[in-house]
Amino acid sequence: MPRPEIQKYKQHADVSDYPKGTVAPAGYLVTDSSGWRSERPALDINLCKGCFRCYLFCPDASIEKLGKKVGIDLRFCKGCGICSVECKFGAIKMVKENI
Amino acid sequence: MSGANNKRFISGNEAVAEGVRLARPHVISAYPITPQTTVVERLADMVADGSLKTEFMYVESEHSALSALIGASAMGARTFTATSSQGLLYMAECLHYASGGRFPIVMMNANRSVALPWNILGDQRDSLSLLDSGWIQAYAADAQEALDFTIQAFAIAEHSDVLTPFMVNLDGFVLTHTYEAVSLPSQEDVDKFLPKFVTANKLDLDSPKSLGFTAGAGDNTEFKYLQHKAMQSAPGVINETELRFNSIFKRERRGLLESYLADDAEYIIITLGSVAGTVKTVVDALRAQGIKAGLVRLRYIRPFPAKEIAQICENAKAIGVLEKDISFGYEGTVYTNVKSALFDAGIIKPSHNFVAGLGGRDIPREDIFKIFNILSTRGDREEKVHFVGLKQK
Repeated sequence: MPRPEIQKYKQHADVSDYPKGTVAPAGYLVTDSSGWRSERPALDINLCKGCFRCYLFCPDASIEKLGKKVGIDLRFCKGCGICSVECKFGAIKMVKENI
Repeated sequence: MSGANNKRFISGNEAVAEGVRLARPHVISAYPITPQTTVVERLADMVADGSLKTEFMYVESEHSALSALIGASAMGARTFTATSSQGLLYMAECLHYASGGRFPIVMMNANRSVALPWNILGDQRDSLSLLDSGWIQAYAADAQEALDFTIQAFAIAEHSDVLTPFMVNLDGFVLTHTYEAVSLPSQEDVDKFLPKFVTANKLDLDSPKSLGFTAGAGDNTEFKYLQHKAMQSAPGVINETELRFNSIFKRERRGLLESYLADDAEYIIITLGSVAGTVKTVVDALRAQGIKAGLVRLRYIRPFPAKEIAQICENAKAIGVLEKDISFGYEGTVYTNVKSALFDAGIIKPSHNFVAGLGGRDIPREDIFKIFNILSTRGDREEKVHFVGLKQK
C-alpha cells in the first residue's frame, strides 16, 4: 500500500499564488511525528503471523501491510506501544529510543 | 409556466421562492422565522408538488441551516437559504465561514428588528450589523426586484472572479408580505441565463482536496486580501450580469444604485429598500413646487457604490441618509459609509442622518417632507443624527 510522502510546505511568495478560498490539494504531510517518541516498536518479523491485529489497533496508521506480514512506518509512530500490547505472538517489543 | 414573461400576483416572499425555483439549486436548507416563513413554505410546497427538484434539508436552527449549505457548497452544489433577524444573528459565525471559504451561497434575509425589546417587524439593524461579514448585500425595493435579485444572485456569487456569498434583503412585512404583479421568467430563459455552477473549490474524489483549513499569521492576510479583491471585482460582474439579464428578460433596472431625479438635485435623500417608493412620491411633489429634490436608492451596500454616490452628490446643497439602523452612540452605518465616500472624493457638504422605521414604525410621506425641510433649512452645525418621529413633549 502506498505510504504518504512528506512534503515541505512551500511558502507562497506572492498573494496571487494563493487559492480562492481555503482549498488545497489533499494528502500533504508537512512533517513527521517521530520526534514525539521515547520508545519505539521493534518488530521480530519471524514471530509475525500476519494477523494484522496491530494494523487495526494502531491509532496513527503507522503499521502497513508488507506482503503477508506487517511493517512499521516509524515516521508517524509516536511510540504509544498499543501494537506491542495487542500482539498475541510477542512479535513487537518496545525498546528505548536513543536520544 | 408558459410564455416568456408570465405575470403573477404574488408577495415579495413568493417572488423570492419563484426565483429560487427557477435557479434550480441542488440543496436548500432553512429554518422558518417570521417574516421569512412563507419563503420556506412555498419552497416546501414546490418540492412536495414536484415542481422543484432539490435536496430540501429541514434543520434544527439557522446555525445548522448555513453550516449544512457550507458543506453542500463544498461538494460543488448550488445552495440557498433564507432567514431573518435573530436567525441571521444566530448564523453570524457561519456567515464568516461561508465568505472566508469562498462558498457562493445565496440567502434571502427578511429585514427585521433585533431584540430587545422583542419585535417581529421590519428594520435593517439585522443585516447592517453584519456588513463586515464578507457577504454581498443587496436591498430590494419591490417584489419584482426581489425576484430578479434572487436569480442574478446565483450568477454573481458563483462567478469565478467573485466566489462570494450573496444576501438578498427584503424589508420585513412591507415587502415580504405585500402582493404585487410580478413578471415571472420562463424556466427555459433562466436556464439560458444562469450558467452551471463550476468551482475548483470543492471536494472531489478524482482530485482530493483539503478544504476549510487553518491559515496562521504567515498566510492569513493574503486570504483576507483576496476576499477584499473579490468583493471589489463584484461591481464589474454585477454590471455584465445585469446587462445580460436585462436583455433576456426585458428589464431596465441596473447599477449599484438607482438615481431618481438626483443628478441635478439640490437636496438628496440617500436610502435603501422599500421606503424609496415613498420618497419618490415626495420628490415628485416637491419638484412640482419647484424644489429640486432627489433620491438615491442604494441597491447594493456591499460592494459599496462610493464613486457613484460622490458623482451624484457633487452639486447637491445638502445630503440626507435615511436608514432603519443606528450604531448606538454614533450614527447609522449607511450614513458612515456615505460620508466616507464623499470624504474620499473631497466633497464636504451639509449632511444629516435620519434614523427611521425602527421596529417597524411606519415612515409616512409627512416624515419625508420634514426630512427634506431639514435638509433645505438647517446647516451642518446642529444635531446631525435625527430619530424621525421621536415622541417629544
